[in-house]
Amino acid sequence: MNMRFDPFVIPFNIGLYFILVYVVTRCVIWFRDLSRTDKLRLQRGFFGVAFVLSLKEIFMESLIHRKILKTNIRLGYMHMSLAFGWFLLILFGTIEADIFGAKHLNAPYKAIFFRFFNPDHGRTGFEAAYGFLMDLILAFILSGLLLAVTKRFYSKIVGLKKTTRLKITDKIALTSLWLIFPSRLLAESFTCGAYGTGSFLTGSLGAWLATFLPAQQLAYPFWWLYSISLGTFFILLPITRYMHIPTELFLIFMRNSGIKTGDHSGTYTEVQTYSCSSCGICIDACQLNFSAGITNIQSAYLMKAIRNKDDVSEIADNCLMCGRCDQKCPVGIELSPIRMIQRRGGEAENDIRNIYKGYFRSRQTIISEKAIGSSNFNFLPETDPEKADILYFAGCMTHLTPAIKNSMIKIFEASGVKYSFIDEQGGVCCGRPLMLAGQDKEARELINYNSQMIWKSGAHTLVTSCPICYKVFKESYYLDVEVLHHTQFIKRLIDDGSVKMNFLHKKVVYHSPCELGRGSGVYDEPKEVLNHVSRLERSNFEDGNSLCCGGSLANMKISSQNKKKIALDAANELTKNNPDILATACPLCKKTFSAVTYARVADISEIVAEALIVKPVNKNSGSHINSIKELANI
Amino acid sequence: MVDDNMDRFGFTISTGRQIDYESNDRSIAEYILDKEPSFRLCIECGGCSATCTTGNFTGFSLRELNILIKRGENDKVRQNLKKCMLCGKCTLVCPRGVNTRNIVVLAKEAFQKSDEYAI
Amino acid sequence: MNKHVVVIGGGVAGLEVAGQLSKAGIDVTLIEKETKTGGNLNKWYKLFPDRRKSSEIKEYLDGITLNRGINLLTNTTIEMFNRNRNHLLITTNGGKELVADAIVVATGFDLFKSARKEEYGYGIYDNVFTSADLEEMFRNGKIALANGTVPETIGIIHCVGSRDEKAGNLYCSKLCCVTAVKQAIEIREYLPESKVFCFYMDMRMGGAFYEELYREAQEKWGVSFIRGKVSEASETIEGKLLIKVEDTLAGRPLKMKLDLLVLMAGMEMSEGGKKIAGIGGLNTGENRFFAATDNHFGSNISNIDGIFYAGTCTAPMNITETISHARAAVVEVIDYLKDGR
Repeated sequence: MNMRFDPFVIPFNIGLYFILVYVVTRCVIWFRDLSRTDKLRLQRGFFGVAFVLSLKEIFMESLIHRKILKTNIRLGYMHMSLAFGWFLLILFGTIEADIFGAKHLNAPYKAIFFRFFNPDHGRTGFEAAYGFLMDLILAFILSGLLLAVTKRFYSKIVGLKKTTRLKITDKIALTSLWLIFPSRLLAESFTCGAYGTGSFLTGSLGAWLATFLPAQQLAYPFWWLYSISLGTFFILLPITRYMHIPTELFLIFMRNSGIKTGDHSGTYTEVQTYSCSSCGICIDACQLNFSAGITNIQSAYLMKAIRNKDDVSEIADNCLMCGRCDQKCPVGIELSPIRMIQRRGGEAENDIRNIYKGYFRSRQTIISEKAIGSSNFNFLPETDPEKADILYFAGCMTHLTPAIKNSMIKIFEASGVKYSFIDEQGGVCCGRPLMLAGQDKEARELINYNSQMIWKSGAHTLVTSCPICYKVFKESYYLDVEVLHHTQFIKRLIDDGSVKMNFLHKKVVYHSPCELGRGSGVYDEPKEVLNHVSRLERSNFEDGNSLCCGGSLANMKISSQNKKKIALDAANELTKNNPDILATACPLCKKTFSAVTYARVADISEIVAEALIVKPVNKNSGSHINSIKELANI
Repeated sequence: MVDDNMDRFGFTISTGRQIDYESNDRSIAEYILDKEPSFRLCIECGGCSATCTTGNFTGFSLRELNILIKRGENDKVRQNLKKCMLCGKCTLVCPRGVNTRNIVVLAKEAFQKSDEYAI
Repeated sequence: MNKHVVVIGGGVAGLEVAGQLSKAGIDVTLIEKETKTGGNLNKWYKLFPDRRKSSEIKEYLDGITLNRGINLLTNTTIEMFNRNRNHLLITTNGGKELVADAIVVATGFDLFKSARKEEYGYGIYDNVFTSADLEEMFRNGKIALANGTVPETIGIIHCVGSRDEKAGNLYCSKLCCVTAVKQAIEIREYLPESKVFCFYMDMRMGGAFYEELYREAQEKWGVSFIRGKVSEASETIEGKLLIKVEDTLAGRPLKMKLDLLVLMAGMEMSEGGKKIAGIGGLNTGENRFFAATDNHFGSNISNIDGIFYAGTCTAPMNITETISHARAAVVEVIDYLKDGR
């Protein structure tokens, strides 16, 4: 036997060098396609604090998978054992080849197939101890592999309700990945069995196999299998979801350098879509899945469809945009912004697909239209708003929940501020519903119209009751005014003593609206107001983990029955301890919940208005009531 | 031949006003019905048009556009659809649970596609 | 020995069942959760289609039930009941235990809580009332706004809480249209200077003399009927109610300010009935009313042996139909008891 080379290592070598060249080329292309500012950011990121942060994140997330462990221990263990385990195997294998090999600085294959080239190694002393370590790492990987194989057939074992579906190349790549470590185990075991070496795993297994099988002869085919499975995996990697392994590393550096998704597709979007490991956590978190049984539109599938240049419009539109998946994604992909970009794109043209094209993807471009051409909304009249320092914009939906409107008016009156209710007669939509449907150009027209009106009024503060309006005012209107949600405004009034309230001895559970909570980061003020005026209870679904009511405007495609299912599940969860009031901060949430539960659903403004201490007004005693009979005699 | 019959029975309908149900182009309606089955449930109650944000400012009635689409009278619909602000109040009010917002979006799509193939 | 039947619910159906069973020589215990019998009948002042007083119906029902040895338990509810071989055992909230050979459930209906339809402003604006509130005004002889003045324009909204997916009730409550017409006429009778407008999606006049009443409302009383679902109401500075509605037949939005708004609240399964369904394992349909075993010839029969239904606890129906349904239940009960059970 030639102890320096054997033909079986060729598949492995081909695979390894191919993937290394591919990944480097890919990264160079991605870097080249970045915008100038992003390039600068990335360069700075590589030579600064961000570099250390990135290394730390790579260790904690790409190897240890800390975020997944926190969410789901079994799933996390599975990912960690494969990723971290394989990393350790490579690391310690390289060191092993370095220390115990014929010379230092060996070719990679010498490290991977160490036992083949050094079959007599490891009988005693330090060698044996090191052999024990290598066996331990292999056992670690195999335990996770067992979990992975079982998960494919019985997803509950890792606590997932459903597992991601795969296409054919993914399945081949998956099979070769699964074969790698068992074939290493058997190859090493047979060799150890033949030579009487090996540690607790390989040695014992090898010895046992050697009792009834010709170990020497069987070892060689398994070394071939080991090499082929490695080679196949590396070659298929770029066209399967396993591309996420190298891509994720690049993503971490980009993210820590301060690069963001933005409103347009580009390199960062592409890198993110490739970073998705299809772990399935987004599917598990998605209410369309667990309340309505819809399982083909979650973020993992969107990422896959983008990678494969499938038609994404059906997938992209059928989403509540609640942000739960964004919160839970262990890779930190900005799932909702990516989905928004897809919504702008409309239907994609079908690309001719063949397997080779997968290696040479061209960058996805989605052009958002400029505001040219005829106006859609030129019927809107010239604005002539009343001048005021503070504006109240109720929002379209609030007109269908007059209790909220009236409560806010009562609160404004009690506070004594000079305010103007600018959409009292029904205003123009804030524009966000159009944006959620991907129609930015049309939305811009409405935004300009409303901005004009706000500017003309001379106001410094804009208070709104609707979180959807709040988000768009803050993010997409380029106004000089301070934008407040009415809960923030009420908090301010409480803090500076403008309003006084009684304490209502009522048990209240707070439902955090998606657009206000996860969407705008406003978690504290609503809860502080509720704490001030009532007994606010904790809930299992709070803050970032809160549920979506299901009434979202962002979902164009969902049927009303499925919407109801989502609303019902969420309402039941929130009211399971029988609170007196289910409090919300959004008229749409209020309407959605009122339709499915008999519990009292009230907006925070209503609760505050109920508790408000109003200075008594001199009222007329009222005219005397005449009986109808008297009137009839006239 | 049809006119002959009409004369014989002494009964004519002014063709300008009539909805010629058979020869009207109901492809837009079919496109929408295929992708949004709840369109079938509309009873033309007018709740959507009553609450409509755009309706506050201009003559825009989703109920009217829906019935015209169903009958295949597409011309008026084509120009008016773009006035919808997609605010969603109509969907919130509809007693039959029709997904009115999706109907507007699908109708726009259908018109765009049919215009692409138009000669 | 006489057979013993327990009737749950002392409304129109319950009283009729009790009276007819008693006539047939059966011992009856009538359980009623309120202090007095009559149920929803007590809410109405005059009934359609002929506008006779509801008290006459009550008189008739009292006539067949009082002084007949019927064991009337008011302020009583059922806490538990189950079967035991041949008998049904009932425990009341007072701890009383009853043994019955058969039970007739006549728990009736509740009106839809109009506050749930928030956009109409019931409980928020001063001058929005339900049909039941209006009947109270008729009974007291005065229709007035909250500040005591007399309304000039009155709007009536049909289908509040019925035929409305957003209210959770897909079904039609059948009687609100004719109630609206009746109340429109009554308002015009009391207030000859008033103008009344009915806002409807459909005019469902499916009963004897209902369509004729509709004609009378138009012809004799000048009530206006506008086809359009009112989407929301808001209050103006003067305290009037501004409604948003599309006049679908004219094809244009309608602008109107009303002094008073009346909501035709639909009929829902009663809370008491829901409780009984739960503790007894009785099937309910998707409309949450009791589900009879057969829609055509078994509408009084439940899924539990010995338990029968009478009246609006199975579906919306008017008083005539309720009394007929109650008599049918009696036939079923007598038939059932004959078989020596």
